[in-house]
Amino acid sequence: MSLTPKEITHIATLARLKTSSEQAEFYATQLSRIMDLIKQMNTIDTSDIEPMSHPQDPALRLRADEVTATNLREAYQTVAPATENGLYLVPKVID
Amino acid sequence: MHSNCLSEHSAALRNKTYSSVELTQHYLKRIDSAKALNAFITVTEELALEQAQYADRMLHDNKAHALTGIPMAHKDLFCTKGVLTTCGSKILSNFVSPYDATVVEKLKQQGMVILGKTNMDEFAMGSSNETSYYGAVKNPWDVQRVPGGSSGGSAAAVSARLVPVATATDTGGSIRQPAAFCGLTGIKPSYGRVSRYGMVAFASSLDQGGLVTRNARDAAMVLQAMSGFDQRDSTSLQLPVPDYGNVLEQSIRGKTIGLPKEFFNDDVDADIADAIQQAIRELQALGAKTVEVELPNSEVGIPCYYVIAPAEASSNLARFDGVRYGYRTENYTDLDDMYEKTRAEGFGAEVKRRIMIGTYVLSSGYYDAYYIKAQKLRRMIADDFSRAFEKCDLIAGPTTPSTAFVIGEKNDDPVAMYLNDIFTNAANLAGLPAMSIAAGFDDKNLPIGLQLIGKYLDESTLLTVAHQFQQQTDWHLKIPDIPGVPGGPGGPGGLD
Amino acid sequence: MEWETVIGLEIHVQLLTKSKIFSAASTAYGAQPNTQACDVSIALPGVLPVMNREAARLAVRFGLGIGAQINKRSIFARKNYFYPDLPKGYQISQFEVPIVGQGRIEIETDNGCKVIGITRAHLEEDAGKSLHQDFHDMTGIDLNRAGIPLLEIVSEPDLRSAVEAVAYLRKIHSLVRYLNISDGNMQEGSFRCDANVSMRPKGQTELGIRAELKNINSFRFVEKAIEFEIDRQIDILEDGGKIVQETRLYDSDKNETRSMRSKEEAHDYRYFPDPDLPEMILDDDFIDQIRNQLPELPDARKSRLEREYHLSSTDASHLTNDRDTADYFENVCSQTAADSRTVANWILGELSAALNHSAMEIRDSPVDSIRMASLLDRINDDTISGKIAKQVLTLLWKSEKSVDQVIDENDLKQITDTGAIEAIVDNILQENSAQVSQYKAGNQKIFGFFVGQVMQQSGGKANPKQVNDLLRNKLD
Repeated sequence: MSLTPKEITHIATLARLKTSSEQAEFYATQLSRIMDLIKQMNTIDTSDIEPMSHPQDPALRLRADEVTATNLREAYQTVAPATENGLYLVPKVID
Repeated sequence: MHSNCLSEHSAALRNKTYSSVELTQHYLKRIDSAKALNAFITVTEELALEQAQYADRMLHDNKAHALTGIPMAHKDLFCTKGVLTTCGSKILSNFVSPYDATVVEKLKQQGMVILGKTNMDEFAMGSSNETSYYGAVKNPWDVQRVPGGSSGGSAAAVSARLVPVATATDTGGSIRQPAAFCGLTGIKPSYGRVSRYGMVAFASSLDQGGLVTRNARDAAMVLQAMSGFDQRDSTSLQLPVPDYGNVLEQSIRGKTIGLPKEFFNDDVDADIADAIQQAIRELQALGAKTVEVELPNSEVGIPCYYVIAPAEASSNLARFDGVRYGYRTENYTDLDDMYEKTRAEGFGAEVKRRIMIGTYVLSSGYYDAYYIKAQKLRRMIADDFSRAFEKCDLIAGPTTPSTAFVIGEKNDDPVAMYLNDIFTNAANLAGLPAMSIAAGFDDKNLPIGLQLIGKYLDESTLLTVAHQFQQQTDWHLKIPDIPGVPGGPGGPGGLD
Repeated sequence: MEWETVIGLEIHVQLLTKSKIFSAASTAYGAQPNTQACDVSIALPGVLPVMNREAARLAVRFGLGIGAQINKRSIFARKNYFYPDLPKGYQISQFEVPIVGQGRIEIETDNGCKVIGITRAHLEEDAGKSLHQDFHDMTGIDLNRAGIPLLEIVSEPDLRSAVEAVAYLRKIHSLVRYLNISDGNMQEGSFRCDANVSMRPKGQTELGIRAELKNINSFRFVEKAIEFEIDRQIDILEDGGKIVQETRLYDSDKNETRSMRSKEEAHDYRYFPDPDLPEMILDDDFIDQIRNQLPELPDARKSRLEREYHLSSTDASHLTNDRDTADYFENVCSQTAADSRTVANWILGELSAALNHSAMEIRDSPVDSIRMASLLDRINDDTISGKIAKQVLTLLWKSEKSVDQVIDENDLKQITDTGAIEAIVDNILQENSAQVSQYKAGNQKIFGFFVGQVMQQSGGKANPKQVNDLLRNKLD
C-alpha cells in the first residue's frame, strides 16, 4: 500500500474530515489504488516542461477599484446555521 | 408536444400552435410521470408556471427572444436565487441560493422557463450519477443502467423528453459521457466561453458550463445565449461570441478530421468502434477528409487529471465548513470537532476520497512529485493537441470506451470508474471545446457517442459538423421507451 | 557568551483602495458586522475573485519607492487552512512569485546609516475578525475585513536590535504614508507587524532558531515585545536550553510574549496557484505610469530641505520622517517671513510637544500651517516675544480665532514704549534697594534678578532687549 492508515489520518485531519481508524484502513486501501493509477505519470519524462495551471495560459484581467456591492447581510444570513447580531456564530475559538 | 425539439418549440410558440403555459404544464406532467428516473432533485412548478405566463405575454406582445417560453432545467450546481441548490450533496441539502449564476441569469433574460434542478453526482464528482446524496439516476434507455455523470440528471431528463434542454457542466467528461450514454447532443465549450460565476466549483481550471439537448441546432441556440464575457469571472473570455446558428448550414467539404490513433484501440468496445468507423464514413461522404494524428501523452491523461481535479477540489470544497451556509452537524465539542463532523457527515464517500487525494498531492513533500508533475503533463497534453491541429480542423473519436453500465457495477472500484473519462478529460486539461453526438447503438440497444474535439474557441466547426452529420443520420431522433412514461417510440401520445 | 540578536520583520500594510482586493465590497472602517461582507467575502458557493487594479498599482508604487525589482509576471496562490475568519478555507496570497521582488531601504542608527534588505512584498487578502464576548460561549465572526487588500513586506534578517527594528518599522511606515498607499493607521489595523526573533553566538553566521511574534500593533510594543523576547531567549540559551520554533503572542498588559498553543499544531498550507486567477502580467506602460507619478520620497526630501532651507541634517531628518510634518513645514515657510530654522524649531519643539500631549497627529493639529505662520510672523516683527508666543500657541489650541485676535483679546502685545518700561524699572529698583546695593558692590549675578522682576511686573510683555538696556543704564 502506498498510503498507510496513519497517513490517511493525517490527511483527514488537514482536510477536517472525521475518520475512524476503521475508515482510515478502508481509505488507505482505496486511495493506494488511486495513487497507483496516479503514479503512471512517472512513465513520462517532464524535465524542461513548464507547469500549466490554466488552460491556454491567459493573463489576469484587472478590475476598476469601485464599490458596487450592497449590504445583503440579511439575505445571506437567512441560510446560515447560527447568527446573532449580524455575526456568524461558531464554537468558541481559543487563541 | 414533447417529441418536438427545442427549435421546433421555438417556432410553435411563435406561431401560437401552443402557449408556453401549455407546454410547461405538459412537461411538468411528464416529469411527474417519470419520477422513477430520479432525474430531478427539485421541480419548481410554481415558478415555472409564473415564468411561462410571463413568456406568453412577451410572445403575445412580440417582445420574445428565440428561446422565450421554452422550458428547461438546470443542473443542480448552478445557483438559482430562491431555489434549493444542492450540488447533489447533503452538505448543501438546505442551501437556498441567495443569487443566480450568470448562466441562470442569461437564460432567464431570454425568457426560458425553469422547470427544476437536475440530479447529479455529488459536487460533479462521478461518472454514473450514483454519488448523489439524492440517489442514483436511471438511464431512460435501460432503467437498470446509469445515465452517466456527473450531469446524469440533465441527460436523463432530456433523453426522456422531460425537458428539451438542460444545462450541464463538464470537468472531465461530465457533459459528453452522459450525452453519449443517453443518446444526446452535449457540448462543452472552450474554457472561458461560459461564465463560471454561480457554478459551484469542483475543479476551477477544468470546469466549464454547457448543455445537453437533442441536436446540434438546439445546442447552438442555447449555447449562444449562455456564452459571453462576464466580469465576475476572471477566466471569462473577453471575446465576442460567434453566431453559432449561422454556421450550421455550411458545408463540411474540405474539412480535415483528425483521428488520434490512441482513441482507436482495443480498450474500446467492438460495437462502439464499428459505430465510430461508420460515423466517420458518413462524414467522409459529406466531403470531409480524414487524417491520422497523434496524441502521444493521452495515456497519462487520466492520472494527470486525477491529480489536478482533486487538488483543486480539496481547496474549493474547504468553504463547506458549517459556518455560513449549508449543513452543520448536530453535536460537537469544539470548533475542530464541528468542522470534522460537519464535513464527514455532509460529504459522501467519493467526495471524501477526492478531497483526501487532493490534500495529499498538495501536501508538503509530495507537491512536486504529484501536483507539479501533473501540471507539466498537462502542458504536454495541450501541446499534443496544438501539434495535431496543425494537420486537422477537428478531432473525432469515441466519447467513451463502453456504453452505459449497470447501476452498482463499478461502485466498489473507483479506479474502474475513473477510466470512463479516458477519452474526454484531455479536452478539459487543454481547455478545448468538445461535443458528443449520438452515433448508433450497441447490441443492447444502448446509445453510442461520437466525440468531436475542436480547436480552442472553435465551437462553430464542431456545431457545423454535428449538424451536418445529423442531417444525414437519425440516431439523435431515436426515443427511449420508458416503463410508465407515455410517449415512447411505440406508446400512446408519441406524436401529438 | 556574547549573543547577537537577529530580527526580520513582516509588515502587513492595508492598501488604500475603495473596494476589496477580489470583490466590489467596501473597505471602509467601522461598519456594522458583516454589512460589508459581500458574496465573495463570505465565500458563497460559486462566487469568484476578480483582482482590483488599484491594489496592484499601489503594490508597484511601493516596489518602485524602494527601488525594488517589479515582477511583471506574478502568481496568486492559495494558502489552505481552516479557521472561522477565513471563509473560503484558504487565503489568496502570493507565494512563489510575488509582485515586488528584492529591494532595500536605509535606516539611521546610532552608528550611522544602515541598509536593510527587503526580501519581497506580496499582495494578499486579509481575514475576518473573531469576537469572543457575549455569545454564550460561542465566537462571533465578522467578515467585513475579509478580502481587504494587504501588502506584506518581508525584510531580510538584517536587524540587530529592538531599536533597529523600530527604526526600520518607522521608516516603512513613513514610506507608505509618503507613497500614499496606506493610511498607516495602527489602531485600525492598517499597519501591523510580526517579528521573527532569534539569537546566535556572536561571530556565527548560521541563523539560530526563531520565534515569531504576532501582531504587535504599536511602535512602542514592537520595541518592548522584541526586548522581552531577546531576554527570554538569552535566559533559555544561557541555561543550556533550546529555543522552540513557534508563534508567540505579545501581551501588552503583562509586557510578555506567550506561546500560541492553537498555532502549534503542524501546519501544511498546501500552497498552489489559484486556478480562479490567471497569472498577473503587468506591462511596461502600467509600471512607467506609476513611476512617473511617484512623489518625492523621504531621503530625497531630506536632502532638499537641508539645501533649500539651510536646515541641519538632524532637523531635516526629523521633519521628513513623516510626510505630513514635512508638508506642514514647507507650508509654514511659504507663508511666513520668519527664518526657516525658527520654523523648524517650533514644529519640532513646541508644536510637536503639544501634539504629543494631546495625542494628536500633525494632520489634525488644531493650529494649522496658516496660524502657525502668522504666530511666527508676530515674533519676527516683535509684536510678541518668543515666550509669549508659547502662551499664544496654548490659547490657539483651544480656539479658532486668528493669532492677532488672540494677542489683542488677551492683551499680550509686547511693551516697546520706553517710558512705560522705564517706569517699571524705576519701581523695581526702588523696591529692591538692598539688591541694588549688592549689585553695586560687585555682585553681577544679581542682574538677572532685576530682569526677571521687570518682566514679571510687565506680565512678560516688556521687550526683553529694552529692559536690559534700561537696567544697565540705571545701574552701571
